[in-house]
Amino acid sequence: MADISAHTPTSEIRSAYLEMTHRKRLYSGLMLAVFVALMVSGFVLADDRNAGGFWSGLHRLFDFPAEVLSEASEKLTDLPAHFVHFLPSLIETVNIAAASTLFGAMIAIVLSLLSTRGLARWPRLIPVFRRIMDITRAMPEIVVALVLIFVLGGGPVPAMIAIAFHTAGALGKLFSEVNENASLKPVEGLQSVGAGWIQRMVLGIMPQVAPNYLSYALLRFEINIRASAILGFVGAGGIGYDLKNAMSWGKGQYDEAAAIFLLLFGTIVIVDQISSALRDRLTHGARLEATL
Amino acid sequence: MTTVTTDVITDLKGRADTLFLRKRLLGFALPAAVLVYLAYIFFAFDIPGLADRANLDNGKTLIRDSYSYKTHVTLDNRSGDITYAIEGERKGTYPDGMRPDWVSDRDGMTVVDLGRGNSVQFAQGFARIVQQDGLTVTARPDRDGVNADLPAGPLPDMISASKNRLMVTLPDARVTVTRNRVEVFKYAFGWELFFFTLDSPYHGMGFPTLLSKAVSGEAGAIWDDFWGNAMWRHADVAWALFETILMAFLGTFGAAMVALPLAFLAARNFTPLMPLRFAARRLFDFFRGVDALIWTIVLARAFGPGPLTGALAILITDTGSFGKMFSEALENVDGKQIEGIQSTGAKPVQRYRFGVIPQVTPVFLSQVLYFLESNTRSATIIGAITGGGIGLLLTQAIITQKDWEEVSYYIVLIILMVMVMDWLSGLLRRKLIKG
Repeated sequence: MADISAHTPTSEIRSAYLEMTHRKRLYSGLMLAVFVALMVSGFVLADDRNAGGFWSGLHRLFDFPAEVLSEASEKLTDLPAHFVHFLPSLIETVNIAAASTLFGAMIAIVLSLLSTRGLARWPRLIPVFRRIMDITRAMPEIVVALVLIFVLGGGPVPAMIAIAFHTAGALGKLFSEVNENASLKPVEGLQSVGAGWIQRMVLGIMPQVAPNYLSYALLRFEINIRASAILGFVGAGGIGYDLKNAMSWGKGQYDEAAAIFLLLFGTIVIVDQISSALRDRLTHGARLEATL
Repeated sequence: MTTVTTDVITDLKGRADTLFLRKRLLGFALPAAVLVYLAYIFFAFDIPGLADRANLDNGKTLIRDSYSYKTHVTLDNRSGDITYAIEGERKGTYPDGMRPDWVSDRDGMTVVDLGRGNSVQFAQGFARIVQQDGLTVTARPDRDGVNADLPAGPLPDMISASKNRLMVTLPDARVTVTRNRVEVFKYAFGWELFFFTLDSPYHGMGFPTLLSKAVSGEAGAIWDDFWGNAMWRHADVAWALFETILMAFLGTFGAAMVALPLAFLAARNFTPLMPLRFAARRLFDFFRGVDALIWTIVLARAFGPGPLTGALAILITDTGSFGKMFSEALENVDGKQIEGIQSTGAKPVQRYRFGVIPQVTPVFLSQVLYFLESNTRSATIIGAITGGGIGLLLTQAIITQKDWEEVSYYIVLIILMVMVMDWLSGLLRRKLIKG
């Protein structure tokens, strides 16, 4: 390399380099132009297909929040009563999220162990368990929830199953990535003294991966609270259902909607804060152990 | 000396013992806590009452409809007209003079072969159901009732009879006789009319015939008949899928573009001004904390239902998420590269362009592409609420409570769509980031 460059005059290198950067710049410019064109035409298309236009609706954007806020401030004294009234639904929404995260994580642990190379009980079935995780992960919660509401009736159970279903796939993928980094030495040690597969997994792998599992499960819990509120909106109980009712009563009843908005917002923010603090501690603790 | 060491040893041993005890307690307390919580959930969600609320018949219909279809054969007792319709829908009605090949005429009566040796014969004012074991039920419906001639002894489960109604349930079929009509449902495997409806000349043609017709210049007509299928609405479904992906695309990339400049404001090393940083961060928290659900409701009030509302709801929520993640990435930027650029006499803009952007682009792109996949799922859900895309079609099909074959078709399409987007985002991530 050094020989060749020594024979090439610097001006040639310079022009070659400049030409390359020009071409590169041209390509990135073109890509940017295509991207901008896609975005603009996409927005125009979406605007066309929308019931109301963007520009005609823009000035009305704050009408509804203003209406809700003004009604809520008029009936400010009612708000604490509303908070108490909607608290059970809020607890139900949080319970749906917690229970589904718990069930989903349990299924995910089993699925992830069965689909990790080196740990799997049946190594030949690894692709099968991977596909199962792919499919459950690709399934939006609302699909399962709507079908189950038809069979099981309304209430928290369809929502819980639906969210747990998706959680199993989503966490399973993350868990199996964690498993791949786990040391196999404890497993081999346990195997040499005659431990069964379950014993090897529980005693050899779990202690290594538990902090990471917990951290991912907490993150999932945050996401699932939002999901459970949305599923309530389509009829699966909890605070979302109350929100839908409060919205459908229309003008004059928006103080209830405001109370629900506040409860939901507060819950999401509080859970986010607690969970991110906990996750920080978990990963921080794990790092400390690793250095010791 | 020896006493000291034994002291130390007993002390260590005691500490180890308490540690082990604590660990052992924790090892039992954690599963116990989970069990207690599950017991609480068991009663809080009223699982014991689930059996009353659950409707297993709904479940059975759902499962059977998702892989089979039924053809209705209806005899009007007043006029004597017989109609043949798939799923009983107008769009699936056989045109005059056409009927399924398991219907025949014998002795002035119409005979419907129901498979497995069962059949039903009927004419105006008469219906006879013959089962494989020779059990025969005859009915002569008129103005006074169905006048069923039932076998002697207690009725088997599959027959239910009253004065005005006789219903016989067979393995793959059901026959209902009322005063006004005789109705036969025959179930068959598959999704009927998926490619062509009955009014299309291409219905029932084999693939080779279709191919030869297509080659001989009928490809356009064949495609039009398939694409415009009134029963399965392929064109509408394709458009709905596109609309869902459009929502995810606009929302994700729009959010990235809005969040990029704001993230610089929220990063410690780029905005030394504390109040500005604080304001930017609280803005992100607000966008994220007010959930996509609430944004969807608020936006739908202003812009009405449709894909734009969905796209904007995703855009706003993700602006918060991206802003937070981008600003964290910006705070981890390596200062040495910026210093190096600065040492060549670069102006601030150039320092950003050549010192910062190349470092953060891979991180940003990877996060944005990861969100694109998960937003495809969100767009389906938001579409169900705000009325756009495949989410809307799915909810509409579920609300009718009978088009379960369409519901399962949409579910398959949604899963495939999300998997394709997952694959695409992974591919782009590998291509763009590794070069």
